[in-house]
Amino acid sequence: MTPFLLLLPAILTMLFVVALPLIFSFYTSMTSYRLTRPETIEDFIWFRNYIRLFENPDFWRAFLRTIVFLAIALNAELLLGLGIALLINKITWGQRTLRTIMMFPMMFSPILVGFQFKFIFNDNIGILNNALQSLGLTTQAIPWLVDAKLAMFSIIFAEVWMSTSVFAILLLAGLFAMPRDPIEAAKVDGCNSWQVFRHITLPFLMPFVFIAMTIRSLDVARAYDIVAIMTGGGPAGRTELLWTMIARVGYDNARMGQANAMAYLSTILSIAFTYYFYTKLVAARRYMGGAE
Amino acid sequence: MASIMLKDVVKSYGKVRAVHGINLEIGHNEFVVLVGPSGCGKSTTLRMIAGLEDISGGEVLIGDRIVNDLPPRKRNISMVFQNYALYPHMSVRDNLGFGLKIAGQKPKVIAERVAEAADILGLSELLDRTPAELSGGQRQRVAMGRAIVRHPDAFLFDEPLSNLDAKLRGQMRAEIKKLHQTVRTTIVYVTHDQIEAMTLADRIVVMRGGHIEQVGTPMQVFNHPVNTFVAGFIGSPPMNQLPGHIEAGQVVLADQSRVPVPPRLAGKVREGQKVILGIRPDDISPQGHGLGMPEDAAQVATLDLRIALAEPLGMESLIYTTIAGQEVQAKLYGPRIVQPGEVLTFQVALARAHLFDAETTRSLEVL
Ligand SMILES: Nc1ncnc2c1ncn2[C@@H]1O[C@H](COP(=O)(O)OP(=O)(O)OP(=O)(O)O)[C@@H](O)[C@H]1O
Ligand SMILES: [Mg+2]
Repeated sequence: MTPFLLLLPAILTMLFVVALPLIFSFYTSMTSYRLTRPETIEDFIWFRNYIRLFENPDFWRAFLRTIVFLAIALNAELLLGLGIALLINKITWGQRTLRTIMMFPMMFSPILVGFQFKFIFNDNIGILNNALQSLGLTTQAIPWLVDAKLAMFSIIFAEVWMSTSVFAILLLAGLFAMPRDPIEAAKVDGCNSWQVFRHITLPFLMPFVFIAMTIRSLDVARAYDIVAIMTGGGPAGRTELLWTMIARVGYDNARMGQANAMAYLSTILSIAFTYYFYTKLVAARRYMGGAE
Repeated sequence: MASIMLKDVVKSYGKVRAVHGINLEIGHNEFVVLVGPSGCGKSTTLRMIAGLEDISGGEVLIGDRIVNDLPPRKRNISMVFQNYALYPHMSVRDNLGFGLKIAGQKPKVIAERVAEAADILGLSELLDRTPAELSGGQRQRVAMGRAIVRHPDAFLFDEPLSNLDAKLRGQMRAEIKKLHQTVRTTIVYVTHDQIEAMTLADRIVVMRGGHIEQVGTPMQVFNHPVNTFVAGFIGSPPMNQLPGHIEAGQVVLADQSRVPVPPRLAGKVREGQKVILGIRPDDISPQGHGLGMPEDAAQVATLDLRIALAEPLGMESLIYTTIAGQEVQAKLYGPRIVQPGEVLTFQVALARAHLFDAETTRSLEVL
């Protein structure tokens, strides 16, 4: 009985903070709940919200766009972060300062980052177009946030700018923790620098990559702020991701039931990503136990 | 198979000099052991041969190539590290075959050579495990296997046994010796354990503070140490060193007791010279309990000594006593048990005693 009593506060907290909201939102995802008509919360319609979503091409487009967005952003962040970590690991002077500078992007609120890039990429007053035109690289204003492809690019760029340092810092920590002996053994075994990296350093860093991926796939939902500020999912839904769509349907159109159904699907997507990277992490950690 | 030559090799870390211009020639298939106290530059020297440290001055040759500017991978050497340095994410099989794979060998050749090495080292059962699933001794064997599969020109060992327990260390020592006899390759072996040095080496290189103190076969270094440092470092328990001065063909010790100058050194001492008399514990024994005491009475000195402590080791005992106010270790051979406080007549084998100049610490034998 005592163990249960001791755990009770934790269990209660979990119940109220996690379980109840989860159950409640799952319930509302099966009602025709509209914020403007509170009594509709009792109108239970089973899975009709979900079926309607599956039949809605706009939803599928946003869903696919989200996956593409995640895939590009995470991979770009990984590659850039790895490059930065390797460079910083090489230099011996000013390393501390650089590490601190590297964290600056993480210190800003995503909303500020969104505004910052909104003004950089603005086609009339943005400094990017201004710079390109002054340098004579282009004569017309480039519609960075209007053209579907360019807008997607701009958003991904902002996201990568903000979050690359998560990868860089975790991978740098990995490089610092890396034992020197296997690297030297590999050099003696005949490896050139690239082979040392490919066969020794990279496998050693993989657990750190998976940690970073796990963290990032958990918090990519934060990208809502950037997208909402920079394009709001527009123009005409061309940069609509799941999260902006959920917010629009839920709050602007007040169709909470429908929005919750979408949120559930997006949560499952996020869990799938996280679970995948987590299993990879556990597998990688198993052999790293014998690093010494 | 190749010889290794060091010419005036210097290593500096910034202003700090770790190795002060050493010269050493290592022959084909020779087993050379670098030995010395911690921080004397053994590892640094070895790592310069391997190419893992830049050479600050002088030349290193492997075969007839100057390798100063060659990266490790072009030197065709293998190295076994103190912490094994296995690749944690690879199976034992892949660890063994990694060097061959990088060298672009065919899978069939790799499989054959790995099987061969695994066979020599008794690793055949373990090929599919990862290093995390091995014991320390097994990891050590994998590290050695990884070195031999490549058929390198030379093996470099950096204290490969220091992480093992005493029994395993003895076993592995024998295996390394056997390995050298089967694969017949030049070996440079670093250790601070003088027993390893004595048992393994064709030649021992004794180092101190970045200098080479003496190079020679184990017996040369043991029987003819060039100075008090080598005398104290090689041999266990260490050689007793008693300060004194020369007077009328005798060594006068601190308490005015006298020991004759060993006859073979009689011509090498000066009257009044300050010296250190060096006697190994094995050469001081109670009468009738010595081993190989010289027959000739002129080669033996006799002293009455009080026993402070005796450590029985089975068929022999290590005895602590004092000569001229200084603690001295002696050996008693045979099953006799002695008690502290007993006074016995000891014999000193002058034939094997050493004299060192007290100022230069150099042996009078080599002058
Ligand atoms: N990276 C370094 N920077 C500065 N000094 C160093 C460096 N590496 C080694 N040294 C110095 O060089 C000297 C020789 O070091 P080395 O590692 O060769 O000693 P060692 O004989 O192998 O000792 P041990 O038996 O403890 O391994 C030491 O005094 C050490 O402090
Ligand atoms: Mg060392």
